Amino acid sequence: MSGRDQRRGADEAQRNPGVAEVLPESGVSPASGLRLRVQHGFPGFRLDVDLSLPGKGITVLFGHSGSGKTTLLRCVAGLERARESHIALNGECWQKGRDFAPTWRRAIGYVFQEASLFPHLDVRGNLAFGMKRATGRVNEDEIRVMADRFGIAHLLARKPEGLSGGERQRVAIARALLTRPQLLLMDEPLSALDNARKQEILPYLERLHDELEIPVLYVTHQVEEAARLADHIVLMEQGRVLATGPAAEVLTRLDLQGSFSDEMGSVLDARVVERDEHYSLSRIAFAGGSLLVGGATRAIGSKVRARVLARDVSLATVQPGPSSILNAVPATVLEIRDDGVDKVNVRLAIGEAGSAEGAMLVSRITRRSRDLLALEVGQAVHAQVKSVALLT
Amino acid sequence: MLVEQDWSAIWLTLKLASTVTVLLLLLGTPLAWWLANTHSRLRGTVSALVSMPLVLPPTVLGFYLLLLMGPNGPLGKLTQWLGLGLLPFTFWGLVVASTFYSLPFVVQPIQNAIEAIGVRPREVAATLRASPWDTFWSVVVPLARPGFLTAAILGFAHTVGEFGVVLMIGGNIPGITRVVSVQIYDHVEALEYAQAHWLSGGMVLFSFIVLLALYTLNPDTRRARS
Repeated sequence: MSGRDQRRGADEAQRNPGVAEVLPESGVSPASGLRLRVQHGFPGFRLDVDLSLPGKGITVLFGHSGSGKTTLLRCVAGLERARESHIALNGECWQKGRDFAPTWRRAIGYVFQEASLFPHLDVRGNLAFGMKRATGRVNEDEIRVMADRFGIAHLLARKPEGLSGGERQRVAIARALLTRPQLLLMDEPLSALDNARKQEILPYLERLHDELEIPVLYVTHQVEEAARLADHIVLMEQGRVLATGPAAEVLTRLDLQGSFSDEMGSVLDARVVERDEHYSLSRIAFAGGSLLVGGATRAIGSKVRARVLARDVSLATVQPGPSSILNAVPATVLEIRDDGVDKVNVRLAIGEAGSAEGAMLVSRITRRSRDLLALEVGQAVHAQVKSVALLT
Repeated sequence: MLVEQDWSAIWLTLKLASTVTVLLLLLGTPLAWWLANTHSRLRGTVSALVSMPLVLPPTVLGFYLLLLMGPNGPLGKLTQWLGLGLLPFTFWGLVVASTFYSLPFVVQPIQNAIEAIGVRPREVAATLRASPWDTFWSVVVPLARPGFLTAAILGFAHTVGEFGVVLMIGGNIPGITRVVSVQIYDHVEALEYAQAHWLSGGMVLFSFIVLLALYTLNPDTRRARS
């Protein structure tokens, strides 16, 4: 069983009946997973969350700046001392009432937003720093293996000042993992990097995703990062949890369209089923249907995650004729929501009419089109997908 | 050339300055740490008190220290109760007075260096399982080294250069409280200008070498202090 299957399992167990609650609910403390109940405030800001998160996979804390996601992460790490909180991981309590385990006694790894390497130590010294303290000894073999894994083996003798931003962040992640944490906390680890550096690091994060046995809390305000990495999303606004649930579900919730705005879209966890080397295309299949995507480099059977932006999905009520658009899939309208200006978002289940079990798509069309097509919930439509991005 | 009394004064001066520097680093570091990190309302008051020797005439400081350490002063009563006798006109009296007098020269560079490092490296160390004590030695001290070096050099040099406080507290007892600056004063009083030249010239050279070392060996000084 692969990492992603296991994580999906954890997500299923975590899922509330129906869609996630809009407001956080109180729950009993589970023996596995991360239990967070935090009330914290300073003048002009109040954080109040109550969450039970899966014990595995990447949970993205998503929200605009000022939503409290970083403060929440710092509370979990013990860098911020919340006034009222209960923080427990797999049944081990880190904070409850007046009992407060200081940061250095918590089995966490923390990756900060900006480069946070110790300038007085070389890369090896930085990697060994936490390992020595967490495990009581420095295991050179383990350092070498970890350095290889993050492509930094050739940098071990270098000082941080000589490294690029992307290299520094890879060292920081490797350094955190070498402490063998029970929980990895990442605070916008890519936000200080330019796009090229981001693309350089994302593959490493995705590998983490597949290999890590521990839960990860990942803070970001980028929809794309959330879509790429998240198994589970916690959407935050003004210190509160607006929504929580499996990524594919939260990202397609039309009531949250304001949070994702133009980047509204869906993620599809799929499998490569065909490769067409002649046209350099692959077919990926998921619940309810399949799509053609560019590129024929992935092995048949490999797992991929694809993202389809709502603005790239158009709708037709009859089977479209010959078209340059390769992908047209039958789907059923589940929900229609007006954005209050000129557009509507339409949530669809892919699959033959009447089936609501398929993977979800969101289509963003004009209000005028909705009226012309006389769209209503339950209707069978054909969704034309202009572009599919493979994320992994 | 230098006479025996001159050598004795030089030796005493170096002994005093070394002792005071060690004490200043021991006392100044926690004080600087507190000042760099506290949000207490007392911060301004303590900063002002630490900096007082920068603006007060040494005679004023010496006068009050003399009263404090004298037979009726609280510190004097304490030292007598402890069986240490009275501190004025002793070597240790000079040490106490000099420590007060040079405190700002040690506290400020260390405080500035700690403030320049900021809280982030300490947070990083905590997430890597380092206790606060461990963090201090493995992260703060190495990163603040230029500040500590500056503090030690300034504390030492300033103690070597003091005069007014020494006269007030220590007087002029050969081998016990007669340091170089006082010895020079004596030579001049006695119109022994040649002797005064040797010692004064030596002090000029010493000061220049110390400051030259400070600014060349320690290129980070400016950054650590700003």
